[in-house]
Amino acid sequence: MGDALKDKIADVFNEPACGTNLSKSEQQRKKGCAKPLTPGAAAGGCAFDGAKIVLQPIVDVAHLVHAPLACEGNGWDNRGAASSGSDRYRTGFTTDMTELDIVMGHGERKLFRAIRELVEAEQPPAVFVYSTCVPALIGDDIDAVCKVASEKFATPCIPINAPGYVGSKNLGNKLAGEAMLDHVIGTVEPEFTTPYDINIVGDYNLSGELWQVKPLLDKLGIRILGSLAADARYKQVAMMHRARVTMMVCSKALINVARKLEERHGIPFFEGSFYGISDTSDSLRRMCRLLVDQGADTDLLDRCEALIAQEEAQIWADLDPFRPRVAGRKVLLYTGGHKSWSVVAALQELGMEVIGTSIRKATEEDKGRVVDIMGDDKHMFDNMAPKDMYRLLKDAGADVLMSGGRSQFVALKAKMPWVDVNQEKHEPYAGYMGMVDLLNAIDRAVNNPMWAELREPAPWDEPLTESRVLPALSGNCPVTGIPAGASRPVVTTVAPEPAPVTAPAEGVAAFPSSETDFEDC
Amino acid sequence: MARLKHPKRALSTNPLKSSTPLGAALAYLGIERAIPLFHGSQGCTAFAMVHLVRHFKEAVPLQTTAMNEVSTILGGADQIEEAIENLRAKSAPRFIGIASTALTETRGEDVVGELKEIVARRRDFDDTAIVYASTPDFDGALQDGWAKAVEAIIDALVPSVTERDPDLRQVTLLAGSHLTPAEIEELVRLVRAFGLTPIVLPDISSSLDGHVSDDWRGTSLGGTTIEDIARCARSGFTLAVGESMRGAAKLLEDKAMVPYRVFQSVTGLKPVDAFVRTLMGLSGQQDAPPSVKRDRSRLIDAALDAHFHTGGLKVAIGADPDLLFALSTTLASMGAEIVTAVTTSQHTPLIDRMPCDEVILGDLGDFERSARENGARMLITHSHGRHAAHRLHLPLVRAGFPIFDRIGAQDINRVGYRGTRAFLYEIANTVQAEHHRASPEDFGAAPIPEEFEHVPHAATC
Repeated sequence: MGDALKDKIADVFNEPACGTNLSKSEQQRKKGCAKPLTPGAAAGGCAFDGAKIVLQPIVDVAHLVHAPLACEGNGWDNRGAASSGSDRYRTGFTTDMTELDIVMGHGERKLFRAIRELVEAEQPPAVFVYSTCVPALIGDDIDAVCKVASEKFATPCIPINAPGYVGSKNLGNKLAGEAMLDHVIGTVEPEFTTPYDINIVGDYNLSGELWQVKPLLDKLGIRILGSLAADARYKQVAMMHRARVTMMVCSKALINVARKLEERHGIPFFEGSFYGISDTSDSLRRMCRLLVDQGADTDLLDRCEALIAQEEAQIWADLDPFRPRVAGRKVLLYTGGHKSWSVVAALQELGMEVIGTSIRKATEEDKGRVVDIMGDDKHMFDNMAPKDMYRLLKDAGADVLMSGGRSQFVALKAKMPWVDVNQEKHEPYAGYMGMVDLLNAIDRAVNNPMWAELREPAPWDEPLTESRVLPALSGNCPVTGIPAGASRPVVTTVAPEPAPVTAPAEGVAAFPSSETDFEDC
Repeated sequence: MARLKHPKRALSTNPLKSSTPLGAALAYLGIERAIPLFHGSQGCTAFAMVHLVRHFKEAVPLQTTAMNEVSTILGGADQIEEAIENLRAKSAPRFIGIASTALTETRGEDVVGELKEIVARRRDFDDTAIVYASTPDFDGALQDGWAKAVEAIIDALVPSVTERDPDLRQVTLLAGSHLTPAEIEELVRLVRAFGLTPIVLPDISSSLDGHVSDDWRGTSLGGTTIEDIARCARSGFTLAVGESMRGAAKLLEDKAMVPYRVFQSVTGLKPVDAFVRTLMGLSGQQDAPPSVKRDRSRLIDAALDAHFHTGGLKVAIGADPDLLFALSTTLASMGAEIVTAVTTSQHTPLIDRMPCDEVILGDLGDFERSARENGARMLITHSHGRHAAHRLHLPLVRAGFPIFDRIGAQDINRVGYRGTRAFLYEIANTVQAEHHRASPEDFGAAPIPEEFEHVPHAATC
């Protein structure tokens, strides 16, 4: 690993704006945020994955992965970040390094040629070049290649140094942020600025969630000037330094970007969420307050309150029809972070009961919130093995599991309704209007008549009560021609149950005739 | 006779390939109570797992040795040992299939040696079969990884035999990576119809067929048992399906003197005839069971109905070599023209035999370009082809791995008489679903002048 990358990682681990980090001792801090990975018990993505997650939603950029096939071949086209413009980010570009490239050390040259071909074919506003394990291991200097290519092709080529083996997805998020700080942010000046310009950081516009919020901002006259990376254009990243306020959405993944924007350009940031009614209102309030502090007109605060009052009244009216359909249903939550907690208050308001939640990635603050909302900490559980979760779901009497995709099949195989509340979901649940979509999803899941049918016992789960009436098999099977007899499995008949109060009629007549055909002999 | 075209370019646009270790993982998942283990950084596993889950819509037990920067430099033997230990403690697998990745291969680890040492030292690992295949991401494609894993399984778990003692009713069916669970099931049905008992290796038809079981184990739920793998040594014959299974079949012959035959395709009338003919020979039956004869006559009828739509049809197809061969020869035999063939691996002798002029060793960028230039009317490739289909306004028949924007990929059957019949219907119906209404311009005539067109009256109120 290059010294530059090593310094970056040390820098990222020493995050002064991160509360968790501050509470650690000097020695703990050196170990970094990531837990050491256990061989045979690790799950989740690597640093490269994390970098790609953060940057891929920049829609007009060509994302070029310098790697052997697996890194891009197994991973492209798998996230639902929506674009209102270019589709270039959906195209998988890779150098597809072969054995020969590696052994002969052709990596850098191939990368340079790939950038040239890419620029010629696509004329993108920029090329993001991701380094992965293998080129990092053989010492390809992507910084140098990018530097030369940028000059030669008059297109910014941005090196993203986040090989998988340096750490977790979370670390990769931050390294991607660093790359933006080093090479992109501040390189383009906007044509004009207003006191209502903001940055959105750490939202990925999955299924178009940002667009559920944008109408609110439009009504308040707030402009998304800079973005990393919801439906962002390259220029929006480059112009982030001219916004007045940064909103960090939902997660601390890119806190280094938010903090450095504040330090370098005096842009204050706050962490907010657009999931749930109260959190959305809260985020709007804080955004407007900070904008006013930064010089926006004070009437923004009044307009904000008026908007919130109007929107909240509207959304509760819209949600009311769901009340009888979900009231009394029991929800089990299994997610990281506090994303889903943002909606718990609303679910409870609608009469649903939250019977448990995981606190695997939750901070102390989140745990406090759990206690606030649920009254005690009895319902919090830690990480759970799928096996235990399967048992719990079968036994707990929950009506629905809300979780990320990883638990999907645990729930479904336990014949339990499941609602996706994580990044892979296919529906947008943000802002006020997103709550209607979420309630729709819950309603669809728990009230599907299929569940009752699937949980019915199989025909053979209950003993026969009628006596056997058909003669034993004899002769050849009409399909296979194999003779019945010794080679066939012996059919043991079930002893009839003791005679019911009204004795069944003798023989076949006891079976009601059926319209259905049975397929096999 | 096709020649291989290797585009001279550094940039790969929209990969067609899935990686070699992923192929190995898929094969390992066809063993009962198995956990595949990637020797690499955890991202290698995460990407592969998401890929598999998106295709099969099942939880996939895939694990990683979680190489970090330190173990990458110092060597990962400890990581492997620790991983095996943790997997055994957590899920008690009977089989752990290890696949290397680009990371560990670039470093150049001697995993075979290290593993031998670990297994010799850790007697407590004895009740878990541990198999290793070298599968660098930078060489070959999914099909190659699958083949290497199957060879590794045979090498490790089939006993060497010096004297033949065959069970003449038992055959080994070596299933290639291009077969879906439903296709394996269809072949098993055919084999059984002749009174023969197949041991399928690897058998994803019982582990990845999409069933709900009564418990949750954290390993594969179904697949070839360890005992059955060992019993392959006593099979009367080996039926290898897919050219890529030739190596594995040869290995079985070397180890246990089991004669074999490779079926490069079991899709299309003639290839299935050859398969059935072999089964007749093996079972000593002069006649085929009535159900098989009936299926054949129904296929012939389907071909008669379908040929109106397949004759002259220009098709672009992108797939791993075995699948490319099976589907394109079937279509060619029905009068279709393969105008674009893109494949993922040069490690196959099939290229020469593809029914087209050239085969591009490339990606979906090449696929799209060539399909456009050559006027293809239909695309056949996996789900990633949807972008090309969208841009070219052409129908896409999904085949291969991954298929993530349709459900039921495990149930698609295109082998045997029945599967071929379904495939012909699928192609013919896709052609018919394309609405093409001719206009005068299509034939070079001037369009009808606008003043002849009826203009609706404005509403009166």
